[in-house]
Amino acid sequence: MLEYAWWIWVLMLFVFTFFLGILAVMGGVGGAVLFTPIVGGFFPFHLDFVRGAGLFVALTGSLAAAPGLLMRGLANLRLAMPLALVASTSSIIGALIGLALPTWIIQTLLGIAILIITIIMIKSKRSEFPEVTKPDKISQILGIYGIYYEESSNKAVEWKVHRTLPSIFLFVLIGIIAGMFGLGAGWANVPVLNLVMGCPLKIAAGTSKFLLSITDTSAAFVYLNSGSVLPLITIPSVLGIMLGSFVGVRLLVKANPRVVRVIVIAILAFAGIRSLLKGLGIWV
Amino acid sequence: MKIEVPKEQIIYGKILSYGSKISILAMAIVFAVYISGVLPHYVDFEKVVELWGKNHHTFVEETGVPKGWEWVGLIGYADYLNLLLLAILAFLTIVCYIAILPVFAVKKDWVYLTITLIEIVVLLLAASGLITTGH
Repeated sequence: MLEYAWWIWVLMLFVFTFFLGILAVMGGVGGAVLFTPIVGGFFPFHLDFVRGAGLFVALTGSLAAAPGLLMRGLANLRLAMPLALVASTSSIIGALIGLALPTWIIQTLLGIAILIITIIMIKSKRSEFPEVTKPDKISQILGIYGIYYEESSNKAVEWKVHRTLPSIFLFVLIGIIAGMFGLGAGWANVPVLNLVMGCPLKIAAGTSKFLLSITDTSAAFVYLNSGSVLPLITIPSVLGIMLGSFVGVRLLVKANPRVVRVIVIAILAFAGIRSLLKGLGIWV
Repeated sequence: MKIEVPKEQIIYGKILSYGSKISILAMAIVFAVYISGVLPHYVDFEKVVELWGKNHHTFVEETGVPKGWEWVGLIGYADYLNLLLLAILAFLTIVCYIAILPVFAVKKDWVYLTITLIEIVVLLLAASGLITTGH
């Protein structure tokens, strides 16, 4: 790896994450899912510190977006809280597994996980208003239902959910993956909320973004207390992604979403292959 | 068209809004202080660069940085002041959960009151430093 002064690395990280932030917003993905495999694959930092930073990248992005989503009713607290409890508990387990396993195994598994995420992004269909004929017992007991204002049709949309129990089990898995690899989990939250539980797409996307702030908090604490969070890596990354997301939102109206999505998927696939080959010692 | 948003959701959103804005702004300022060298560093930049390619066990061993919450005693150092702000950012969720407890209590929503309490315990347990990796 090239020997640069510390500040050149910090500057490169900041500039890189700034562009990553723009791309993430325009591609409709969270920053951490791009950050962790790319920075872990191409920067000289150990994966422990990249994952620690990745969790804070996801956490900050979520904390910044959540207030608006909650107050406009586009994220739902009653829907999020039971799932967040399961995911935040399992993300602690994921963080412990991730920090205990040898680096090459984590790097290889990260590559596999990113390639699977890429396939999910290509294959998964989304339903704007899924049909839920009858809410299940658990969601009725928990009172998970709601109403939101749909601007495009100028209508109030009522929603309810089903298949709560299988979704809770899926969130156990999502939490473990988030904690283990230092990823946000929007790529998994949205399909489960939308396609499994039957939430309207806007509620699924908004609640997913909010959920990350709880899921990633518990794992972030484990990384912080284990000495796996370096401010010199984490803070420029967080600030770069935040600033990039801010610019990305403004560029969003001018961009072709399909083209941007293809670019994001191509980058993810490349980062996944790089991570896999680095883990297996083929491309170090 | 006005859609009514539950009270607990508004409280949660407002705390997050102020908390995250203040924390991120403070983080940017304190990071500038860190890289400017105005405050002393517990671990020199050169040492960080030397060790950032090694795993966290090696970093902790070779720099002698504390694990768990012992680092709070080092916030006079710029690197740990930065870490404190990251910890505050992570604590925001716990603050929000504590703030919505009374709303569920007043509503006599025992199920969500219980979920809120358990989540606070889980997050505090994660924050406590009791759950860390051994060598």
